[in-house]
Amino acid sequence: MNDTVVRVMDFRKVYGDFVAVDGISFEVHRGEIFGLLGPNGAGKTSTLESLEGLRVPDGGSLRIMDVDPAYESGRLHKLIGVQLQTSGLPDSITLDEAMKFFCSYHAVLPRYDLLDRFGLKEKRREQYYQLSAGQQRRLGLALAVAHKPPVVFLDEPTAGLDVASRIELHNLMRELQSSGTTIILATHDMAEANEMANRLAILLRGKIAATGTPLELTATGAGFTKVSVRTKGDSLSDPELKFPAVSKRISKEEYVIYYSTDIGPTVSAIITHIKTREDLLVDLRVERPSLEDRFLEITTTGGIQ
Amino acid sequence: MNAFINHFLFEFRTGIRNKTLLLMNYLFPLGFYAMMGLIMTGINPLFRETMIPAMSIFAVLAATILGLPDPLVTAREAGIFRNYKINGVPALSILVIPALTTIIHSSVVTIIIITTAPRLFNAPLPVNWLYFILTFILTACACAGLSVLIGVISSSSRMTVLWSQLVFIPSMILGGMMVPFSMLPGAISKIALLLPATHAMNAFRGLAQNLTADFNPIGSLIILLASGVFAFGLAIYLFNWDRRNAAQPGHPLMALLVLLPYVMGILILS
Repeated sequence: MNDTVVRVMDFRKVYGDFVAVDGISFEVHRGEIFGLLGPNGAGKTSTLESLEGLRVPDGGSLRIMDVDPAYESGRLHKLIGVQLQTSGLPDSITLDEAMKFFCSYHAVLPRYDLLDRFGLKEKRREQYYQLSAGQQRRLGLALAVAHKPPVVFLDEPTAGLDVASRIELHNLMRELQSSGTTIILATHDMAEANEMANRLAILLRGKIAATGTPLELTATGAGFTKVSVRTKGDSLSDPELKFPAVSKRISKEEYVIYYSTDIGPTVSAIITHIKTREDLLVDLRVERPSLEDRFLEITTTGGIQ
Repeated sequence: MNAFINHFLFEFRTGIRNKTLLLMNYLFPLGFYAMMGLIMTGINPLFRETMIPAMSIFAVLAATILGLPDPLVTAREAGIFRNYKINGVPALSILVIPALTTIIHSSVVTIIIITTAPRLFNAPLPVNWLYFILTFILTACACAGLSVLIGVISSSSRMTVLWSQLVFIPSMILGGMMVPFSMLPGAISKIALLLPATHAMNAFRGLAQNLTADFNPIGSLIILLASGVFAFGLAIYLFNWDRRNAAQPGHPLMALLVLLPYVMGILILS
């Protein structure tokens, strides 16, 4: 069974002489959380807006469950829910009115329960402009999922949210995912992308610079793995000590930190050395390069698909 | 239908809830009516004869030309129309529903004027109610259509004010509400014929108030109807969900076609 929900093929978007998106391709499968990362101007917004039917592609093709977003808006709006980065709601609309308004255009019953769930129960009769930024985002998300669309676009969903709301939002995302909803998540928050996304694409200057699972992306970089070691004695105190695959050594407080390009031989050699010197290992920590490190590496050096 | 009703009710409430719209829909026209009733009837007792139609036209002009365009521009700039598009709100609803609710607010003000003006200022009631209502509806539709068109073509709130004042101020001075059309010099009267207020006042005088019309009042009704249809048609054609969208449906100068019925009127009626 073909479970591809979103298909982007050689998609290109141009504004005058500026090429915002230059022939990118990717697929998103049913029930997947797909993260779109990239610095400002990388082409994320153009890609999202074209998938949402707000822009017409200048090349290639886009499909959401076999619907062309640019020309089949009547079918598209039943398939997608979008939490926009900007408000997208009139200042004077109350929360109940907003829920009723959008649900009536989707021909479904208003989901007031979502307002309660998103901690907006007490605010239901208040007008949109009276909400805090976090409350506005929560309302945006509640409205985006109220008609139970199979594909949800979230643009910076947790920006401005407090910790509790963020956890609640992540729980809801997982819940949506488990019910088969596909989520396309555009975010600048690397921790969120790492935690939530099944797969990621990093966009850079209109092209996909890297794609894969968060683990794959962090593993394929040229970044160094940090090995922090603390011993009871001074077996590692000699700065001239050489270990395999280590390119740099620093001392910080009671730790000696090695930057390794190949973690296995490095750790093994360090432990052997400590044993040989009859020293005692107190603590050993291995820190792989984070998604943020990988992202910075790609965006500063460029990357390849 | 349910969606239309919800949208309509929300827009109607906004016309009262939003302070700027409340001012334009109710406070400004009623305040102006009270002021004109107190001052103008003393200076010019003949003003009483046309007070009800003149103040009704003023209520329509304030609510539509001054009140209607800016919320459309602001909503587009704030990305509200983008959200509407994603959620399947049709462009027709976005343009027509605020116009309809504004016409209803103006109708409420007109009813207040009709019920109070005879008692407070000794103003005569319309003689022909059917023509009064018909003229009011066509005037409101023409002005609402023009306002929606201004909202659609304006690139910013600042431009909206300019376009709105370009219609509102001449309407006040030349539209026959303060100074009778017959007193306008020849060239100026031609400019006045480009304004919906002039035709509205002429139709009210000739058909509803049993006064002498300055030119064919039925012709005025036809022009108001044609301009309303033209304006809404152009607004829907030129409507853009998002100003940043490179694919513009048509050049904003196309909006000048809305003057066509009025130009035809100058050629035929004068």
